[in-house]
Amino acid sequence: MSSLDVALIRQDFPILDQRQDGKKLVFLDSAASSQRPRQVLSAMDELYEHSYANVHRGVYQLAERATNGYEGARKKVADFIGAGSTNEVVFTKNATEAINLVAHSWGRPNLGPGDAIVLSMLEHHANIVPWQMLAVELGFEIRWIPVTDDGQLDLADLNTLLDGAKLLAVTSMSNVTGSITPVDLLVAAANNAGAKVLIDACQSVPHMATDVTAMGADFVAFSGHKMLGPSGIGVLWGREELLDSMPPFLGGGGMIINVTTEGFTADGLPGKFEAGTPPIAEAVGLGAAIDYLQTIGMDEIRRHEVELTAYALRTLDEELGSAVRVFGPSEPAARGGVLSFELADVHAHDVSQILDSEAVCIRPGHHCAKPLMKHFGVAATARASVYIYNDTDDIDALVAALKKARDFFAI
Amino acid sequence: MSGLEDLYREIIIDHYRSPRNRGQLETPPAHRAEGFNPLCGDEVVIFIDVDDDGLVTDIKIDGQGCSISQSSASMMSAAVKGKSVDDAKALTSTFKSMMSVHSAEIGGDGSEADADAQAIDTELPLGDLEALRGVVKFPVRIKCATLSWNTLSQAFDELASSPDTE
Ligand SMILES: Cc1ncc(COP(=O)(O)O)c(C=O)c1O
Repeated sequence: MSSLDVALIRQDFPILDQRQDGKKLVFLDSAASSQRPRQVLSAMDELYEHSYANVHRGVYQLAERATNGYEGARKKVADFIGAGSTNEVVFTKNATEAINLVAHSWGRPNLGPGDAIVLSMLEHHANIVPWQMLAVELGFEIRWIPVTDDGQLDLADLNTLLDGAKLLAVTSMSNVTGSITPVDLLVAAANNAGAKVLIDACQSVPHMATDVTAMGADFVAFSGHKMLGPSGIGVLWGREELLDSMPPFLGGGGMIINVTTEGFTADGLPGKFEAGTPPIAEAVGLGAAIDYLQTIGMDEIRRHEVELTAYALRTLDEELGSAVRVFGPSEPAARGGVLSFELADVHAHDVSQILDSEAVCIRPGHHCAKPLMKHFGVAATARASVYIYNDTDDIDALVAALKKARDFFAI
Repeated sequence: MSGLEDLYREIIIDHYRSPRNRGQLETPPAHRAEGFNPLCGDEVVIFIDVDDDGLVTDIKIDGQGCSISQSSASMMSAAVKGKSVDDAKALTSTFKSMMSVHSAEIGGDGSEADADAQAIDTELPLGDLEALRGVVKFPVRIKCATLSWNTLSQAFDELASSPDTE
């Protein structure tokens, strides 16, 4: 039935092959962080066991192999997202650091009193707080694209919001509602207004094909740990001439051409933005994750998740009806595999607790999107999210556990 | 669902379903204090009236949260209403030691382990609050149970340091 052979895929994920209190573990929290296949773990082990040394500058063969592994991963990322050059791929600690890099190296020289930037109400705190911190310091205005009742961007006043703005920083897919935003339209409108565009692609890059060149944005940020890679590595893609024109972010070793007592000369791209020893094994792991994703095929992954989301929405409705309120678009093709919901009047924390006793892992809380929570008038939602290793059995387990939660609190 | 019954005792569900002292008081004369659980977004707002003799004459609870945070707040309000501030503080300390002695044993969050040895001497009967004892088996939920108590302590601190409330 499914586009993917999930049973076969699951064999690659040792962590999923476990029982909790005798029950099959059902992992539905990949929007927070995915699991990783053996192929990723062994690529990292292989580096540590045979080819590890610090990257760059080393003359011995071990160091050369480590550098090749690290730079090879950069090439894999560049190809995976359709970057024009490896110079456009900067490794960071995570998406949060990637966005902070843009805030400091592009924002600081370009924003000041009287300026404005545009965010959306769908944003993760990672794409809000760095801008608020900078706004306190530099005194620019932050404008907000509102959200409709079904969790999609309300673009009615987009051109007014963008008028005179210097930057549009917006998500490509909400980590709360799964809403996919119309990136093409947003980029076109921002270009028209002369604003730069940063896309927070944390939730879309792991789940659908990405072509940053076709997207036309100026910056794209995402994290390795949500796409089968290890934690500790993220990516900032930026247009080369723009990155080139920006001052460095962090200072230290690895980002300079020359240092004297008088000052320093920054390295070229991408080293300029990679101060200090980078996440070497993590980059290699991310490269292996990309190989794995490409073997399966991003379009197949997307198709699988749309099918699974449709199944989940249908089953929740059939089995729980009005007891469940799902946030976000009702059309599966308009969203990613992220389902935020409320179960009757049971608080998300309590829902997750009961689900944990059924070995179903979901996440309660504000999902680092408090402005959006406020818009929906809730303090917290329960969130289930799917990936390549989930199937309809997992959804059935979710629904069965939700019924238990409903009944438990109906006493 | 073994273990869940320890967490979700009937009396907890009862306080969750029918919270006591729910609402707001006019400020001033009442004092308002709010507490957040940054992990889950839960929020508790306490309105408290303390008279010249240091008696908690009225208390109201507002905000939103899970069954544990809401029932703990409800029970707390019932337990401290009519008590002296000193007794309410002693009760807070007893309650927190019930939560934190265990959380220390199981390696829980040290930030809650601030109950001093004195608390053992001044232990007060916890009554209904005993029902929350099961929470210590679920370390991530301890913060839910202590949220309203921390907010109460904060309210007392604010009252003590603000000259406009004699
Ligand atoms: C949409 C979105 N943006 C940003 C982030 C931040 O990612 P990280 O914590 O890996 O920096 C997340 C992850 O939680 C996310 O879902």
